[in-house]
Amino acid sequence: MELKANNISFSYNKNRHILKDASISVESNQIIGLMGDSGSGKSTLCKILSGYISNYTGEVTLDGKPIPDKDFYPVQLIFQHPEKTMNPKWKMEKVLNESWQVSQELKDTFGLKDSWLTRWPSELSGGELQRFSILRALNPKTKFIIADEISTMLDAVTQVQIWEALISHCKANNIGILAVSHDPELLEVFCDDILKFDEINNL
Amino acid sequence: MKELLEVNNLSISFTQYVQGLNRHDSKVISDLTIDVKESEIVAILGSSGSGKSLLAHSILGILPYNANVTGEIKYKGQVLNQDLKEKLRGKEICLIPQSVNFLDPLMKVSEQAIGECKNEKEHDEKKVIQREIFARYGLDESVDDLYPFELSGGMARKVLLSTALIGNPDLLIADEPTPGLDVKSVEETIEDIKNLKEHGKGVLLITHEIDVALKTADRIAIFYSGYVIEINNVENFKNADNVLHPYTKALINSLPRNGFKLTEGVQPLDEVPGCPYYENCAIGTDRCGKEKPNLEEHEGAMIRCFNFREANDGA
Repeated sequence: MELKANNISFSYNKNRHILKDASISVESNQIIGLMGDSGSGKSTLCKILSGYISNYTGEVTLDGKPIPDKDFYPVQLIFQHPEKTMNPKWKMEKVLNESWQVSQELKDTFGLKDSWLTRWPSELSGGELQRFSILRALNPKTKFIIADEISTMLDAVTQVQIWEALISHCKANNIGILAVSHDPELLEVFCDDILKFDEINNL
Repeated sequence: MKELLEVNNLSISFTQYVQGLNRHDSKVISDLTIDVKESEIVAILGSSGSGKSLLAHSILGILPYNANVTGEIKYKGQVLNQDLKEKLRGKEICLIPQSVNFLDPLMKVSEQAIGECKNEKEHDEKKVIQREIFARYGLDESVDDLYPFELSGGMARKVLLSTALIGNPDLLIADEPTPGLDVKSVEETIEDIKNLKEHGKGVLLITHEIDVALKTADRIAIFYSGYVIEINNVENFKNADNVLHPYTKALINSLPRNGFKLTEGVQPLDEVPGCPYYENCAIGTDRCGKEKPNLEEHEGAMIRCFNFREANDGA
């Protein structure tokens, strides 16, 4: 399967374009890295790919076909700050199973402890919360993961744990990954190809 | 070199009401000891959400009302009480806060950076300094009139950094000044922090990014589950063999350039009777599960582990 964005243009206000004719493609068996300066529009592109922004020009396709809006969206975005993506008044068990019933096996792969499930989001650390937000996105219908700086806020030990688990699951289930990071050393560890954002955005 | 900041056996816990009137004390920082001298950068390295920021907040006296603090903080040899904290903060002691949410959403960023002024003249003087510092971070004049919601994450962080530098402080507490910035801005931030050191200022750098700590700090303290488990000179962090604690070794080996080595285990959520790393430790003994090691000195470093001697001799 191929996730493709063709000639995407977008601006938040009329005076300043943030994306101009940007194109990118990820195959199911690939991990593509994306690097760029802060404020350059990486996260905006991520939101367009995963269906959070719809008033752009250009097209996002899955195997050449547009992605239907109605069903489960097969491109899932994982954000940098997990604490901002969770309902603070839900306990973690409800947060985890919001999209699908996460299997015990997958919980074990990600080192998720049962004692965390009865806690509120504010009672867990960033690394613990990020495991929840990744598992939540790994619904069996997910075909692509957009990982927008998902380990930036974590310590190096947790960073390895999270990436190892995510990559092994995605390889086994033929899920493609677009990994956005500012850290070239990290991307070089596991990416098939690393793109520079300036080079795909024609501003 | 003169001591600027001394923190002795600081513990911070929070009282929360959990169901009805049942109170629950949760400990966030335990028995923390650290010092910062003039012209020195000391980094506290720990995972995000582990409570490092509370150290900064307690030095500045901005902890919430339900925080219980024990231990002692001294600034230039004087015990820092709430009155002194309020007098010094924003002048001699400045904070670069962690989150962009610390900006006032209803105020233009240049005015926030300038802060409170007694009269027009002071405002005009500060305006010049503010423009200079903004320019150094690549924030051009159009940025002055923006509101925080119009900034990108990186720009907002540059605004926070500039705001702290305008006061020209002696002690700077930098709470995660770099995440989310691109490589070039990180380099600039690092240069700026080092520059402060050359001007005789002390910096307490609170971060989870080991690279930033390695590039800036003179000493690094490793923060794990509320405890400082090791304080060592920065040169020793180049190689896992030269640091003492098993967790510090795991941390160094997990860096992308050192092999991205996987170490299992997460930090315990609740207070444990023994060493906080016992559950994940490869060299732990029965004693570690029952008794807490103290932070002790060893060849210029500080270490909190019963077994580090044996473990490091064998290597």
